[in-house]
Amino acid sequence: MADTLSLFERRFALLLSILLAAMGMTMVAAARHGVMAVHGFITIALGVGLVLALGRVYYSAPPVAERAGRFYDAPTRLGIAMTLIWAIIGMGAGVWVSALLYWPDATPAVPWTSFGRLRPVHTTGIIFGFGGNALIATSFHVLQRTSRARLAGSVSPWFVLIGYNLFCVWAVTGYLMGSTQSKEYAEAEWYADLWLVVVWVTYFVLYMRTLARREEPHIYVANWYYLAFILVVAMLHIVNNLALPLRLNAAESLPVWSGVQDAMVQWWYGHNAVAFFLTAGFLGMLYYFLPVRSGRPIWSYRLSIVSFWGITFFYIWVGSHHLHYTALPYWVQTLGMTFSVMLLVPSWASAGNAIATLNGAWNKVRDDATLRFMFVAAVFYGLSTFEGSFLAIRPVNSLSHYTDWTVGHVHSGTLGWVAMIVFGAIYTLVPQLSGRETMASSRAVEWHFWLAVAGTLIYVVAMWNAGITQGLMWRAYNENGALSYSFVQSVEKMAPYYLLRTIGGALFLAGAVICVLNCRATVLLAKGEAADRPLVRQPAE
Amino acid sequence: MSDTTDPRKLPSADPHTGNRRVDPITGYDTTGHDWGGITELNTAFPKIVIWALALTFLYSLVAWILLPAWPLGRDYTRGILGLDQGEQAIEGLRELTDDRLPWLSRFSDGDLRALQSDAVLIRQAMPAAERLFEDNCSACHGATGRGGPGFPVLADGYWLWGDDPGGIAETIRFGINSDHADARIAEMPSFDWMARADRLALADYVARLPGAGPVHSSLPGAALFTENCAACHGDGGRGDLEAGAPSLTDDAVIYGQDRSTVMETLSRGRRGVMPAWIDRLSAAEINLLAIYVYRLGQPVGEGAQ
Ligand code: HEC
Ligand code: HEC
Repeated sequence: MADTLSLFERRFALLLSILLAAMGMTMVAAARHGVMAVHGFITIALGVGLVLALGRVYYSAPPVAERAGRFYDAPTRLGIAMTLIWAIIGMGAGVWVSALLYWPDATPAVPWTSFGRLRPVHTTGIIFGFGGNALIATSFHVLQRTSRARLAGSVSPWFVLIGYNLFCVWAVTGYLMGSTQSKEYAEAEWYADLWLVVVWVTYFVLYMRTLARREEPHIYVANWYYLAFILVVAMLHIVNNLALPLRLNAAESLPVWSGVQDAMVQWWYGHNAVAFFLTAGFLGMLYYFLPVRSGRPIWSYRLSIVSFWGITFFYIWVGSHHLHYTALPYWVQTLGMTFSVMLLVPSWASAGNAIATLNGAWNKVRDDATLRFMFVAAVFYGLSTFEGSFLAIRPVNSLSHYTDWTVGHVHSGTLGWVAMIVFGAIYTLVPQLSGRETMASSRAVEWHFWLAVAGTLIYVVAMWNAGITQGLMWRAYNENGALSYSFVQSVEKMAPYYLLRTIGGALFLAGAVICVLNCRATVLLAKGEAADRPLVRQPAE
Repeated sequence: MSDTTDPRKLPSADPHTGNRRVDPITGYDTTGHDWGGITELNTAFPKIVIWALALTFLYSLVAWILLPAWPLGRDYTRGILGLDQGEQAIEGLRELTDDRLPWLSRFSDGDLRALQSDAVLIRQAMPAAERLFEDNCSACHGATGRGGPGFPVLADGYWLWGDDPGGIAETIRFGINSDHADARIAEMPSFDWMARADRLALADYVARLPGAGPVHSSLPGAALFTENCAACHGDGGRGDLEAGAPSLTDDAVIYGQDRSTVMETLSRGRRGVMPAWIDRLSAAEINLLAIYVYRLGQPVGEGAQ
């Protein structure tokens, strides 16, 4: 990494690494013990590691002068590696906690292995670790390609990636030690949240500065989506995480929101994390990699623009559908429900646009597993957005809420849509960045594809059955007005579905392991750099 | 950066007419944009999307007219159906309660023994009692009242506190060692002050008590028992219902009556907690449960439907 930097940039990076280590030392010195001190030690280790890495190449030859005329792909490589590492951590934790639901007695009598601590490791590992790294890595790639410009900074891309992963590590290790804000998908404590703000602002500035350098008159729609992701996630993150630390040298804090306002802010955040983290950014990925891989033009330019604004406008309203039939006022619930239904149209327009783009390339979909990943992603995107709008309707929600149907819905989105499009993008990017035409093994990609599809289907179908069974059992009364089933009976009924879910998840994880090995083999067989690296100037200039 | 919007200057456009490349497969022309190879078709906006948008908007409009929907400063639009989710919840609860009222109300007072012999009533009530038990009690006592280490079996007909539904209802109402003022108190003190050898002798003695016919008065533990334990556990460990100390001669155990468990009981003491239910269940529900629990211990056939 450091050999891509000029001497001045190496000095600057060195300074940042020393500051990072100093920040770690401050945390250790202030906290002395507990979660914050452990995080301080992790930070010191990272800072010192970076100093050593920079020192090793400090005196090596500076990069060639014409690097300014090339795309900057080294950060993308790191981002993809981190994506794959987090995929294994996050999916592994997921399969493990899912197995615990089937074999609860398998929980070792050690606090950090308990279900409650491992579950956020799974969600954070997947959403932020796997999804977030994939988004950052591909956004760097897509931004440069569609703007015909090099990233506007040499150190800041590294700062964004490394800083972001430090946040993920702090978050996940914190949960293992029992530290949490108890807000779903926002469990990390206050100083980690502050750190993420710094990283995110750097990311935003880098993105905007690169866009400003673009050689193209218009901004490609993928960049609109990535920008919406960066901007809205910043807003959500800051508002939902407003908290007062109990002490400045400890991890604990109290949220500034309370009662039903807290619940509303949390689910405004939570649902828009789905919208802008798990949807908008990945739509950006889809809008770039699908046409590139299929060699087809986007079916409708107008549709892509209208659905972008539709999705951004409608999504912001719908968070309250997570709080149907609660203390939240009825009118807020009605708004959440109706906007969820209207949201379906732009969502389907995006999915339809993606699928129509494949017109004329169906033979490629049949032959190329990578393109098939993207096709399946678009289909699952359509399915899970339909399901989402449906579940948001109040009476439907009275059946589905608090059941495993919700879990099934989330995973049809995350496995079927998000992970599929990420794998499609990875299988396009990894050979390209290694100067190759194909992955090391195309058969392995094919295997991965079928494992992933089978795993997703087993998982989702099992959870639909589980959720509807639970919902019906909980609301059944006999003719004398007594409940027909006790809660325990509904739990016992779940056993086969929970086993199936574990199997589905394990298949999906197996596919991801194959992907990691295949990517490693491909990188080891690299034939140089990406073929498109010299920046092509517009012929008009 | 060239920011022209003149169609003739765009890449792939004909420099004279401004016409753009036509996609051979769909026959649509392209927008003229080209992002590193990605192009876009200039497809007309599909009508069906407009219709779908209109339809979902119509749905929303109807919902907004019927239901509470838009905030108006301190108030909100009430909707012409005039629905209030608080009232709806109370109404729904009342309807469910009304379904149960005819038979459940008969349990709120009255002679439990008499109720118990009303076969029709019992047939109506027992499924509900079973759900109540499974939802509230099974976590400790097991789904069928078979108990577990630390939690007594309720299905064996051995009762520490009163062996009729009335006494059992009292236990459920106030609990044992619970935080309720009227709780039953059952405390097995710790004998950690006693010499280990004596404790071992006692453990040996107690472990032999269940089932065996003759009292082992010759064992070294026997005298120690009379001296230290009989006050609560009764002569020879036959039990003393007033103190909540279980009989040590029968087969029913809470913690276990093997040597090592008894050693643990002796060195640490025991103080099992049964929560008070008076604030969580209605009087009728508690009485219903008392009868249900009592019937668990009855031999099948007797008192059964
Ligand atoms: C938190 C665990 C717990 C729950 C829940 C619980 N119990 Fe108990 N229960 C106990 C314990 C422990 C004892 C024994 C107390 C002792 O050791 O003296 C007990 C004792 C009893 C007894 C006395 C047995 C006897 O021999 O006299 C009855 C009756 C009883 N429970 C009924 C119930 C019913 C009915 C419910 C549900 C409404 C219930 N329990 C819920 C823990 C529990
Ligand atoms: C102050 C009264 C009292 C005295 C004295 C007492 N016990 Fe207990 N013992 C109890 C009570 C009450 C319980 C039930 C505790 C519970 O259920 O939590 C009990 C429980 C036990 C049990 C557990 C029974 C089971 O089913 O697992 C054993 C064994 C026992 N006592 C043995 C002894 C021995 C031996 C002595 C004499 C050294 C002794 N106790 C003295 C009150 C007493």
